[in-house]
Amino acid sequence: MTVSSDPTVSVRVLLFASYAEALGHAALTLMVPAPATVAALVRVLRARPGGELLPERPLCAVNLEQVRPDSPLQPGDEVAILPPLAGG
Amino acid sequence: MTFLLDRPLDLHRLVATVSAPERGAVACFVGVVRDHDQGKPVRRLEYSAYGPMAEAECGRIVAEARTRWSAEVALEHRTGMLEIGDAAVAIAAAAPHRDAAFAACRYVIEQVKRRVPIWKREYYADGTVGWVDPTPVKRTAGQADGEAAPAESVSHNDWGV
Repeated sequence: MTVSSDPTVSVRVLLFASYAEALGHAALTLMVPAPATVAALVRVLRARPGGELLPERPLCAVNLEQVRPDSPLQPGDEVAILPPLAGG
Repeated sequence: MTFLLDRPLDLHRLVATVSAPERGAVACFVGVVRDHDQGKPVRRLEYSAYGPMAEAECGRIVAEARTRWSAEVALEHRTGMLEIGDAAVAIAAAAPHRDAAFAACRYVIEQVKRRVPIWKREYYADGTVGWVDPTPVKRTAGQADGEAAPAESVSHNDWGV
């Protein structure tokens, strides 16, 4: 972890379908470096093994609400990264 | 209402749910597991969902249809492993007259496809497996039919974010 006056933020990450398969996890807890945003979390995920399957701007939800990539993250947030929807 | 079910759907029950003496029209849609996708023979489909969010989004869609067409609407979507011919999604929309019933029913299925976090895995006849990604065939904002899609729901990711 880098030494910084800005604390990193710990969030609960949920992955689904092809993304869960690619990264080998359906749920994991990750530290996001400050300033912690959804986009910063996606960068952390994309750097993990299998993470190259994630687009730079995947569909994301924080605490069940759809969000933009620049949305800030708070400690303990539940962040869902959603592959292209295929219901119906 | 619970919208996601891991057991067979029952359209007749949905019709009974929305029927009432003042509603003279009931329109239904059933999405059924098809034996092929883009030319590839399919043996079965497995649906998974982000449950809490899918339930919330289905609730919003049904509420929108009720308000817009003064219709009563019932919606159910299957999860888990489905065989060819199984109902994956069932919708019943009831209104005093058929125009509103058809419109509400159509709106609900189109919005379910655009907004509800559900995924499907196809098991092909040749033994391979693949996640369905409908992105390449989705309408873009410029092509969306205005009847089915409120402007805020049409974007590159269908969530307007």
